[in-house]
Amino acid sequence: MNTFPSSTFFSAPPDWGWLIVLYFFFGGLAGGCYFLAALIDVLGRPEDRPLARLGYYIALPCVIVSGLLLTIDLGRPLRFWHMLIESNTFRPMFKYWSPISVGAWALLIFGIFALISFLAALVEDDRLTWPAGRKFRPPGMLSAVFAMIGGFFGFYVAGYTGVLLAVTNRPIWSDTPLLGMLFIVSAASISAALMILLARRSRSTMPGLLALHRMDGWVIALELIVLIALMISLGPVFRAWLNAWGLLLFFGVIVVGMLLPLALHWRRQWLGERNVTAAAALVLVGGFILRLVIVFSAQQV
Amino acid sequence: MAEPMGFYTDTTVCIGCKACEVACKEWNQLPSTNGGVNTLSGDSYDNTRRLDGIHWRHVKFIEQFTEDRKDGRWLLMSDVCKHCVQAPCLEVCPTGAITRTEFDTVVIQSDACNGCRDCISACPFGVIEVNPASGTAQKCTLCYDRLQAGMEPACSKACPTQSIQFGKISDLRSRAQKRVEQLQQAGEKRAYLYGADEKVLGGLNSFYLLVDKPEVYGLPPDPKMPTRNLASASWFSFLGAVLVGLMGLINFRNRGARLDAEERP
Repeated sequence: MNTFPSSTFFSAPPDWGWLIVLYFFFGGLAGGCYFLAALIDVLGRPEDRPLARLGYYIALPCVIVSGLLLTIDLGRPLRFWHMLIESNTFRPMFKYWSPISVGAWALLIFGIFALISFLAALVEDDRLTWPAGRKFRPPGMLSAVFAMIGGFFGFYVAGYTGVLLAVTNRPIWSDTPLLGMLFIVSAASISAALMILLARRSRSTMPGLLALHRMDGWVIALELIVLIALMISLGPVFRAWLNAWGLLLFFGVIVVGMLLPLALHWRRQWLGERNVTAAAALVLVGGFILRLVIVFSAQQV
Repeated sequence: MAEPMGFYTDTTVCIGCKACEVACKEWNQLPSTNGGVNTLSGDSYDNTRRLDGIHWRHVKFIEQFTEDRKDGRWLLMSDVCKHCVQAPCLEVCPTGAITRTEFDTVVIQSDACNGCRDCISACPFGVIEVNPASGTAQKCTLCYDRLQAGMEPACSKACPTQSIQFGKISDLRSRAQKRVEQLQQAGEKRAYLYGADEKVLGGLNSFYLLVDKPEVYGLPPDPKMPTRNLASASWFSFLGAVLVGLMGLINFRNRGARLDAEERP
């Protein structure tokens, strides 16, 4: 009697619900959009900069929403600062081995980077007067270094949530080391998708958009490989997905969020002009369902 | 530091009276479920169901009977926080609310906890949950307030059969070992100790004498520290970032030869 595929099946669910799903989604968008914007700033051509600015414009609101979602989700929201300052001693609270502790600091630092880059983008767009802000836009060494450090923290925010889940004792979450990698790759794909959608909505022709679209195709393919590797790495614990969550993962994430967008990448004639938009929208839907399945399925084992 | 203190629970002499549950609730002023409205679980005589934020002691009733119920046995076990020597909850707690006391026990400081619930998912035994009254994670404190006053915890004090014994860990371990030998000599060859040595999370300061596999009692056979995944998960995440970066490099850097027309999607 009582056979369990892993010792993780005796832990209790932490009741992380919709707020955390939304946080994982918006956190992924914030970090991913900043990372892509920084990538375009550093590697792209001068005419690509409007696309980079779009990334910074998305990153700041998303990181603000992320912070709010995390705070509201706490049992005692007014004690959110206990993550950063030890409440008994008022010393900085930091545990490098606890992803949630490092993540709280990373979110704060990334928020500062996102704010400065947001303001600098406004300056470059002539919507804000802040003479020093121009230094944070390319060309120039400061802007490149700033973008790279901010991009690092952006990707950290996008990926640490997967590592956080791995550093628990819940089934699925702690039975694979690949959740952080999956979240990072997924963050890149949903961020590219959102940037493509918003860039096309603005009706202005943004150079670099095709490169971003092409890159998204590659990233989606990588995401599919990582997801399959993750499923294999679960071993016998995979049976925890032999239910409605597994179906949702297959149809909602793999078919809708990955295979259909990839097919739209290859078959440009299908929807004509709308091909790129449709692929991007599907990627966003799949990215959201991915986080939904990961968060909820492991808590209903 | 004072000598490590803890519980030794001999499940073979537990009679399922739940005096420990009541004593714990009374001393720690824990509320009843649903404001005291009785809801039957349908699971043997167990109606408090599990350990959580308002149940810091829980008596498990395991019925092992044949189909016709002519033969069988009861397994009874008073469960509680294990006060692990290497405590997963303490390890991940981001606020420093979870501390180790001078008695080597693990305590959540309710005034420091902000209810992030990371400790709940880290505990391999499913011990911790949020107490809705405080909005913070709570569990057995091994009656830290009573220990500081030189008293023994309320549950072991109330236990009428000495199934729950409190004392110095070194004393408890030797006492438990003698009891295992006694049981085995009497023919109960399945008797063994769970968590009395360092194999389980460095040792459990609340350990058990069991007569069946751990999973029968709802205990993990091989509990591990949550940080076992930290290095591998971090490296794979880093690899993911590098691969995405490379894809960006290839797509944005090497397109100088392409026609402008192609740049317009």
